Amino acid sequence: MKQQEVPQHPGLFGERKAVCYALDETGGYVLAPTAGWNPVNLANRQAWEELARELADIHGEVLAGRKSPLAYHMARRQMDAALLARYAGLFRWRVRRHLRPAIFARLDRELLARYAEVLQLSVEDLCRLPETPELEVPEIAATEESR
Amino acid sequence: MSIPFVHRQAAHCESGATANLLRHQGINLSEALAFGIGGGLFFGYLPFIRLNRLPLVTYRKGPGGIFKAATQRLGVRVEGRRFRDPEAGMAALDELLDRGIPVGAQTSVYWLPYLPPALRFHFNAHNLVVYGKQGETYLISDPVMDEAVLCPAEDLRRARFAVGDLAPRGRIYYLTAVPTEPDLRRAVRAGIGEVCRNMRNPVPIIGVRGMRRLARVIEGWPRRFAERRTVQHLGHLIRMQEEIGTGGGGFRFMYAAFLQESAGILEKPELLELSQRMTAIGDGWREFALLAARACKGRIAVAEACPELAELLRRCADGEEALFRDLAGVIR
Repeated sequence: MKQQEVPQHPGLFGERKAVCYALDETGGYVLAPTAGWNPVNLANRQAWEELARELADIHGEVLAGRKSPLAYHMARRQMDAALLARYAGLFRWRVRRHLRPAIFARLDRELLARYAEVLQLSVEDLCRLPETPELEVPEIAATEESR
Repeated sequence: MSIPFVHRQAAHCESGATANLLRHQGINLSEALAFGIGGGLFFGYLPFIRLNRLPLVTYRKGPGGIFKAATQRLGVRVEGRRFRDPEAGMAALDELLDRGIPVGAQTSVYWLPYLPPALRFHFNAHNLVVYGKQGETYLISDPVMDEAVLCPAEDLRRARFAVGDLAPRGRIYYLTAVPTEPDLRRAVRAGIGEVCRNMRNPVPIIGVRGMRRLARVIEGWPRRFAERRTVQHLGHLIRMQEEIGTGGGGFRFMYAAFLQESAGILEKPELLELSQRMTAIGDGWREFALLAARACKGRIAVAEACPELAELLRRCADGEEALFRDLAGVIR
């Protein structure tokens, strides 16, 4: 990759730039600033869209009473039951049980506080479902490549 | 307190942290040289390690390996520690900072608030250097950032003690003694030798064979998965290869830069030619990412793209196989 070919497609870093390796006119390697590259921006955006889609599905299931709010907050933190269990220091099967509304509703304050701490929420927020799924999908400029 | 630590932006976190830590102690190395001496270049298709429920593909060796090998080969003495107890881990960090020692740390990227939100996934093999503390805020030189940053103590603790695959378990590392005249030539040779061995390794999921294995797996994706899932896998490959921290082309450009620098150090002009070949292979990897992105975007059908991608990957594998054979010959 030549220095003047280093892609400058703003995306993942916002105002900032990353650096990559490119060749200058004399064929020597230099560290060149890059704002981003469309293929990566696209792949990253699709990954976030997938997460947002999954979160919306789970939001619907919680609303329908099939899952507990814990399932929603877990997914919002990009966690599955296995990861949340490790963060909370619980067995996986217990976390899975707590994804059921009836069982979650009976949890004691101490266990709720544990989940809340891991998920960086207050206990009140943990037990509540926001009206709409709120995944902070980062704004990645949807620059269209010409090809 | 704050240590007068010079932040230099790097393409990759671990080689950048290694180079910056060495420089602080008077060993002036570029990131590419630290990467090469540390034998950083690698390929591994490791489907049993999952990232966001997708198989791990790696273009560099395992977390901590570059720092360890680079310092060892330069004759630098280091100390590395992990902790069971987060409080102890944070206290040990503070104590080192008090003694004026900048400290490398392995962290998750998810819990670091200063990183751009788009990059915050549960990935645990990030590296940064802590060089000071003011109240409850740490001064951090994160190699991938354009400038030094601040991070609240609570967030750093979470990031250091993240769990899941590749959990850092609070790992910190720092230099304890450096030689006055490190033997750069020997270090460079050793670094090259390691990469030549790893890339031509007989293990079927590692090195050139790993690339060929992945090519075969990609060919099977359109049959194995629904289209949406195939697209997810392809997007994941693009991200592992290009998203922040590889310097482009899955570290192949960084390695080409290293070979170029090594030509001077070892006084072997043949390495310049090998550097050019490495660059061409890096361009091949970029082509792979570009085609994968077109498939993700629906510009080309995945069923059509996958065999083509496999073919591009095999071409990279052929190129690398020949290159590392010749490279091994040059340093022998």
